[in-house]
Parts: sequence; structure tokens; C-alpha cells
Amino acid sequence: MMTVRLKVNGVAHEGRCEPRKLLVDFIREDLGLTGTHVGCEHGICGACTIMVNGESARSCIMLAVQADGAELMTVEGLMQDGKLHPLQEAFREHHGLQCGFCTPGMLMTALDFLRTNPSPSDGEIREGISAVLCRCTGYQGIVNAVRAAAATLRGGR
Amino acid sequence: MSETRWIGKAVKRVEDARLLTGRGTYIDDHPPLANIWHAAIVRSPHAHARILGYDTAAALMMEGVGGVITGADVARHTKPFSVGVTAPVHYYCAATDRVRFVGEPVAVVVARNRYLAEDAAEVVQVRYDPLPVVLDPERALESDAPVLHEAVGSNLAGHRRLVYGDPDRAFREADVVLDERFSFPKYGSTPIETYGVIAKWDPLDGLCTVWSNFMGPFIMHPLTARVLGLPENKLRFIVPPDIGGSFGIKSSIYPYIALIALAAMRTGVPVKWIEDRREHLLASSSGTDRVAYREVAAKKDGTILGMRFRWLDNVGGYIRSPEPGCSFRPTGNFVGPYRFQHLEVDASVVMTNKSLTGPNRGYACGHLYFETEGIMDRLADRLGLDPVEIRRRNLVQPDQFPYRTPTGGLYDSGDYPAALDRALELARYDELRREQAKARAAGRYFGIGLALAVDPSVSNMGYVATALDPQFRAKPEYLPKSGAVDSATIKIDPLGRVIAILSTTPQGQGHQTVVSQIVADELGLVPQEVTVVDEMDTFTRVWSISSGTYSSRFGSVGTSAVALAARKLKAKLVEYAAHLMDLPAESLEFRDGAVRPRGGKGPAYSVKDLAGRAHWNTESLPEGMEPALQATAVFGFTVAKAVDAQDRVNSSNTYGFIAEVMAVEVDPDTAAIKILRYVTVHDAGTIINPMIAEGQIYGGALHGLGGALYEELQYDDDGQLLTGTFMDYLVPTASEAPTIDIAHIVSPSPLTPLGSKGLGESSSMTAPAVIANAVSDALAPLGIKINDLPMTPTKLWTIIERARSRERSSDATSRAANIERAETGDRSRVASGAAHESGDRSRLAPISGHPRNKPA
Ligand code: FES
Ligand code: FES
Repeated sequence: MMTVRLKVNGVAHEGRCEPRKLLVDFIREDLGLTGTHVGCEHGICGACTIMVNGESARSCIMLAVQADGAELMTVEGLMQDGKLHPLQEAFREHHGLQCGFCTPGMLMTALDFLRTNPSPSDGEIREGISAVLCRCTGYQGIVNAVRAAAATLRGGR
Repeated sequence: MSETRWIGKAVKRVEDARLLTGRGTYIDDHPPLANIWHAAIVRSPHAHARILGYDTAAALMMEGVGGVITGADVARHTKPFSVGVTAPVHYYCAATDRVRFVGEPVAVVVARNRYLAEDAAEVVQVRYDPLPVVLDPERALESDAPVLHEAVGSNLAGHRRLVYGDPDRAFREADVVLDERFSFPKYGSTPIETYGVIAKWDPLDGLCTVWSNFMGPFIMHPLTARVLGLPENKLRFIVPPDIGGSFGIKSSIYPYIALIALAAMRTGVPVKWIEDRREHLLASSSGTDRVAYREVAAKKDGTILGMRFRWLDNVGGYIRSPEPGCSFRPTGNFVGPYRFQHLEVDASVVMTNKSLTGPNRGYACGHLYFETEGIMDRLADRLGLDPVEIRRRNLVQPDQFPYRTPTGGLYDSGDYPAALDRALELARYDELRREQAKARAAGRYFGIGLALAVDPSVSNMGYVATALDPQFRAKPEYLPKSGAVDSATIKIDPLGRVIAILSTTPQGQGHQTVVSQIVADELGLVPQEVTVVDEMDTFTRVWSISSGTYSSRFGSVGTSAVALAARKLKAKLVEYAAHLMDLPAESLEFRDGAVRPRGGKGPAYSVKDLAGRAHWNTESLPEGMEPALQATAVFGFTVAKAVDAQDRVNSSNTYGFIAEVMAVEVDPDTAAIKILRYVTVHDAGTIINPMIAEGQIYGGALHGLGGALYEELQYDDDGQLLTGTFMDYLVPTASEAPTIDIAHIVSPSPLTPLGSKGLGESSSMTAPAVIANAVSDALAPLGIKINDLPMTPTKLWTIIERARSRERSSDATSRAANIERAETGDRSRVASGAAHESGDRSRLAPISGHPRNKPA
């Protein structure tokens, strides 16, 4: 058993786990943050995407112990002051989700993407979110949502 | 009368707030129990082998292990599932004597956590005696093929020859007869959330409670109870509030429900199992791979006289219910939107050493329309007609509705020519043809495809019996089957708040939103005032064997139950108010959330007012009125009848329509297919929420395109799965997904109170056909036609290369002859896709090399 100390959504946590424990399992089971989902456990589907030290990463192919000392952000941290993040608003407005299972990973991926490319073309949005698989939406609603969120965020909200 | 202020609006979803903030409750988030144990399943590494024995001693010694069950326990303590055919196929929830596909469950380890369970699963020893393997359905029917089920004696699980009208005469009298071979791949819509089951056993009460992301049909509940030897009222199925997609796939989770329930019963602890992705690809469910031989008989003017279908559907190692729905689910709409009256269907359901099959979005209709629409194009080509023209000449006409098909279907409403015209207009079809002519003159491969389909919704349970011989069905002990029902309860609390309770299992379709719209309209509220509960529970919900959220049911049957429940409740409110006002009920009406005198003058009683009085003072109720304000409606279609002696059956209850046009350009050097335009026009009757409807169409279309272009569960000759991860099993990403122009025409169903039909499967049925036809059209100058899916880049590139090199090496005269041969059905030029490349990450779409696997 090893001790893992990290910050998630601004809150400090400490836990003990086996060195082999996946970060996503640690987040879900030990920290009780079940918003981050597991879709493949082999690094392809992107459902488990979170932010690690400000960059998007797949929590299913990281070990919890690798995140010792790190600052994480999960989907639960997107809402601020009881208000949905512009990305969340836009997903709702543009029907960017159906079953919602890919959605947390999609949101975190889009968040990272818009930080590096605040004014993307549709093609760039598609490429940006192609790191996450969605089987429900055919992606159009998501593309529309990310485009709209980009505009809102550029508007300085 | 109800007003439609909310029906038809793109109301934003009530589900979204929780799902966007990480507060959904999916099966793996579901904490129904403390002290839960975790299961890992030991699976067969062989495609076909006899099981010689098990050694679980080492596993049982390991840390945290609570128990191991094997196929021997399964054989001793459970019964096999009943299957949809008369062949003696013994399908248990895990292998008992033999394994018949790679990944078949053979044992279950229960431990304190999943890590420990997997550690122990690795040391469970199963001794096997490998047997020869057969994978191809045609090979499986040869007399010297290895036989999977000795009791059956061959690999044929079932066979039916269905004859409607006089197909032999149609073929005799035809001016033109064409035949084609098609093959359709084995693919599954792979929901991003995998299967999950939690089972708890109370030995003293003899009660087993199961939580799972099962989607129905709930016929599987009594079947599972029988397997476990439990009375139905001692087996409780509960579905968590959120399911992460299903597309038909999660209807096949029920053997795992039995297996995990057995593990809980044998080990005495509550057990949780969450399938991982590799397990899902290995052994969950998919559609069948099918080989189809099609014949069409037509007159010179393009009038179709009849068709013959010969199908070999590959259901894998066992036939699992509701198979052989793969062949018979579309019985009523076998003829699609066309008028021809003579049809012969020869359906063989074949078992091979592949994983098992079941409903997958568009259940059997993607196959059906790929073949029909393909042969329509070949026929147009042969007769020198435009593909639009040949279809137009054969469409069921608007004045023919309700239209009875020769196979027993009853198309409730529609205007197929109008929908086709709308699609052509949106696609600017004539302009596309001109563009194509220019492109071809410039040596480019530009193609236009069409696909039309009747979109069946709400399966009639009765179709399953089409698989059985009429003689068998005529026996006195045989019980006919029919029906398609759904229920809803609406209650008004003492302060006038409304709750609607459903027995559905939505997997992203937004039932809570849609129901809040319907109830708001019926009761004069706003949707936010209606709370909708949709967590199915077989102990507390009103349900029947056809219940569940599958076969595009909800938009048609579920919404009907909701509307009827609301109307019942309204009638009660009117009756109560009439009593209070001492007026005849006929002089009152329910309008704008209150009971008022017709014509407007006089006092009104609001819902809130009536609710308060009814709950607080039962003395105020008229004599004979049931206290409390609630109503339950069970809606069932009266057109759902059992299959008749001539094998005719109305296999669904409402029938929509789809017309699609697609334009593509194929790059002959890379085999990249670029979708230039994709138009889809739907008629699903009344649309309740156009935003949700559009989302369903987009999702359905991409499932169909995925199957047509990339997705296939591929096996090597030994039956080992080659596509066991998302690295190899290619799911389209946003970069491959097209933008679609969507339009609706509305022919309300006369059978449903709101006029709505289902739409959930929608374009998954047409997308394979439309893109295959578009690519065939693009590559027509090379004599290529697409009869085999998926058109993976490698496969398509190989076909193009072969055609071009032939072209390069031949002179002009022989080239013309080649093209002519190809057009007249010479199969030698058509790629059969022998080269299945595994792990092929190349993509057809123009953008490639996007980061699939971003390092952490
Ligand atoms: S669960 Fe991590 S990428 Fe799929
Ligand atoms: S919304 Fe269901 S997988 Fe994306």
C-alpha cells in the first residue's frame, strides 16, 4: 500500500492504495467522484479524460501513485459558484449529449482543446474531440456545442 | 381537448443537468448495497473445445477470494435458456460441457475487489480438448463441417422457407431477372458504457434482487427466473436511472444476470460485475454477419414483379433469444416501400464458432435494405433507368394507406413519393448529376447513392413465431404470441404537483424530457412542473413481457401510454369538478390547467385546488370515485396479431419512412471516401421533440456508416478475435462523421393518440445502403460495385487497384467488355474482401492521424 496525496477540484485528498491501482479507479472508488467514467480501460475511448496539472490525460492508463502530488480536475469541478460552465451550457443548448456516458471525458477534452485553440474551425473541433468516442450523438451536437462555447469563452464570460 | 404547446418544441433536456455535472447514476456508480463483492469471469481461450475439467483450488486459496463457480455449478443449479427455435440447442449462462466461441464464460471468481478477482481468475485452471473450428456460415452447412451441437446434428439452428403470392410465376413472367450476392459484416454498436450486473440473494426469503443496465424486452425476466429456478415474484430486476447507451446490445445482457445471480446465490455474498471493453468486444453481442443471395424479377418498364431472398445468418456459437429475429424481425416490411406482391424468403440461421448475436440498432433492417437497395440500383442500371425512376415506379402510393403488405405488415400511414421528392430537392439531385458528369469527364470518381426504407417501430412479439413451422404452430399445445404494450402512471400530489412513472429503460433518448412535454400539454402545465421517474423495477412498475426500450418503441407505444394516462386523469378531474359544481360533466372541459365550464363563463377549479380537496377530504368525492388522484394506462396495439398459417405477420406496429441521398467522391489512390452531401428525410408521424429526433437520426446514421466503413468483429482461422480493443475495432470519431441535412414530413399515425411513431433506429437502417450505392456509383467507370461491407480502406483500395491495373493492361475494346460484364452481374470483378487486415488504423475520411491515444 502506498500513500497518494493530491488535489482534486481544489480540494486536498489523501488516500492509500496498491501501487497498481488505476488513477480512474482511485478517483471513482477512493474519492467517490463517479463523474469520471470508464469506457475501455485501454486508453482509446477517452471517457476517463481528466485534467492533470492543467492538461488533459486519460486516467485509465495512469496509476494513482503517478498522480501523487498532482493537481487534478474532473467533471465535478467544472461548475463554478453554482453555475454551469459555458461548455456545459452549450452541450445542453445544442444537444451535445444523449446517454451522457462519454460526456465528462468530452467536456474535459474540449476544455483543454479550447484553451490551446480558442477560435477553432469546425474541422479543428472535430479533430480536437476525436480523442473521445461517442456512440450516441453522431458528434454534430457536440461540434455545435464546442463552437458555441468557444464564442462564449472568447466573449470573456 | 389537449393543446400542443410543448409537443413539437425542441425543449432542452431535463436529464442534462445531472449528466453534465458528473452526477448521473449508471450501474457502476450505483451503490445499492454495502459490503459488495466483485466478480471476474474466466473465459474460454478456445473457439471450440471440450471441457475436461476445472481446478479452482489455487484460486480459492488466494487473498480475498470468496468463492469460485464453474460450468459444473451452472449445469447443476441452472437450466438452459429457452431458445427461439425447435432445434435442441442447450444454451446455459456459461459453458458446461463444451466451449463454442472464444470468450465464452467458463467460471466466475468472486473476491473482495476486482483486482483480486482478476488475480484469482488467472489461476483458475480449465482443461480443454480443442475441436475443429468453423466460422463461415456457408462452410458450416457443408456435410463435413465440424458440428457445434451434437444434439442438433448440424449447424443449422433453424430454417424457414416463406412464400408469399406466387414468386415462381413472377419470375417466369419477368422480362428481366437479376441476381446478386451480398455480404453484411458482424458489428455491434458498442455502447461506451459496458454491461454491469449487481446481484443479491436473500436465502431466507428466497429472493434474488438484480440491478443491471438491462434495457428489455422484459420477456427475458421470466426466462431468467426459470433458468434460476425461482418464481417470477422472487426475482426482482431493477434498472439504474442512467444507462450509457445500448442500441439493442444491452438486451443481450440477461445470461450474465443469471450467471452473476448464481454467483451470489452460491457464494452467499452480494456480487457486482462490470464488463470490461475487451470482454464486451469478445462476448457481448453484435448483429449477424450475413450472406445473402438476392433475385429480382421485373418488367421492362421497371415494375418489380417479385423477389427471392436467400439468407444465411450467422448467430455464433449458440442461438440466443430473441434470435432468430435477425431473419424475421422485419417480416411485415420485407418488401420495404415497394408494391410487389410475390416473394420467397429462404432463411437459414447458422451456428459457428463466433460470439453470439442479437438486436443491434436497426435489427436486421440494415441488412435487408442494403441488399434491396443494392439490387434496385443494379436493376436500374440494367434497364437504363435512373435509380430515382425505378424506385418511383414501384413505391406504395399515398392513397393505398393503410397498406397491407403481402407478408402481413400493416403500414399505418405515409406519403413515400413526397418524402422522396423532398430528399431529392434538398440534395439538389439534378444538379448533383450534372456535377457528376463533369467530374467523370475530368476522370474523377464522383457518385450519388439513394436508399429508401420503411422504418418499423414497436416490434410485435408475435413475429418471433415466424421462425417456427406452421405445423408446429398449429399444435393444440402451442400458445400463439402477439402484443406490444407499454404503461405509464401519472399522479397528482396533495399540492397539485405531478409525477409520471414509466416502465421504460432509456439509454439516452431523453424519456424524462419527452414525457414532461406530453404531460404538460395534456394537463396545461409547463414541463418543469412534471417530475418523470423512469427507473424500471419489475416489483413496482406495471409491465408486461414486451416492456422495455427497444425496437424504436418509446416514441410510439410509450408516449401513447403517457397520453392515455393523462387523459384518464383529466377525465377524473372533470368528473370530480362536476360533482363539486353540481353540473353535468358534459358541460365542463379541461383547459389551461383547470376544469372550466365549456364556453368559458363561470367558476373554474385548478388542478391544485382539486388535488388539495381530493387528498384532504375524501368525503368530497362523488360516490364510487376511487380516492387519490392517479391514473395508470396500459397501451397496447390491437394491430399486433399472431403470425397466421401463411406466415403473414404484422411484425411491427407503426411504420415510418426514410428517404436518403448521398453524394461521395472516392480518391482512387488512397481509397478515401469523402461524403459531399448526405440528405435524410424521415416520416415518423408527429415529432414530439425535434431536437431529440435529430439526435437519434445523427446517431443512427453514424452507426450505419460505422458498420459500412470500418466496424467488423474479425476472426482469424482459429476463431481468435482480431478486433478485441478499440484500437482494432474501429469506431468512427468526430473526424469521420458527416454533417447531415435532415428534414421531416409528417404523416401522423392513426394508431397512436399523438400520431407519433418510433424513430430510434432510423438511419442506421439506410446508411449502409446509401453509402454502398454512392460508392458503387462513383466507381462504376471501373466496373466496381459494392456488395460486401465493410468497405475498409484496405479492401476498397485493393478492389480499385485490381480494377485499374486491369484497365491499364487492357485495350479500349476489352475494357468496354469488362465493364459490361461487371454490369450484368459478373461477380469475378467484385471484390470479396478476402484481405481482412486487423489493426488497420487508417481512415477513409480526409482527416487522418488525429490523436487517438494521447499519452497522459
Ligand atoms: S476508459 Fe480511459 S480511454 Fe477509455
Ligand atoms: S452521449 Fe452517449 S456516448 Fe456520447
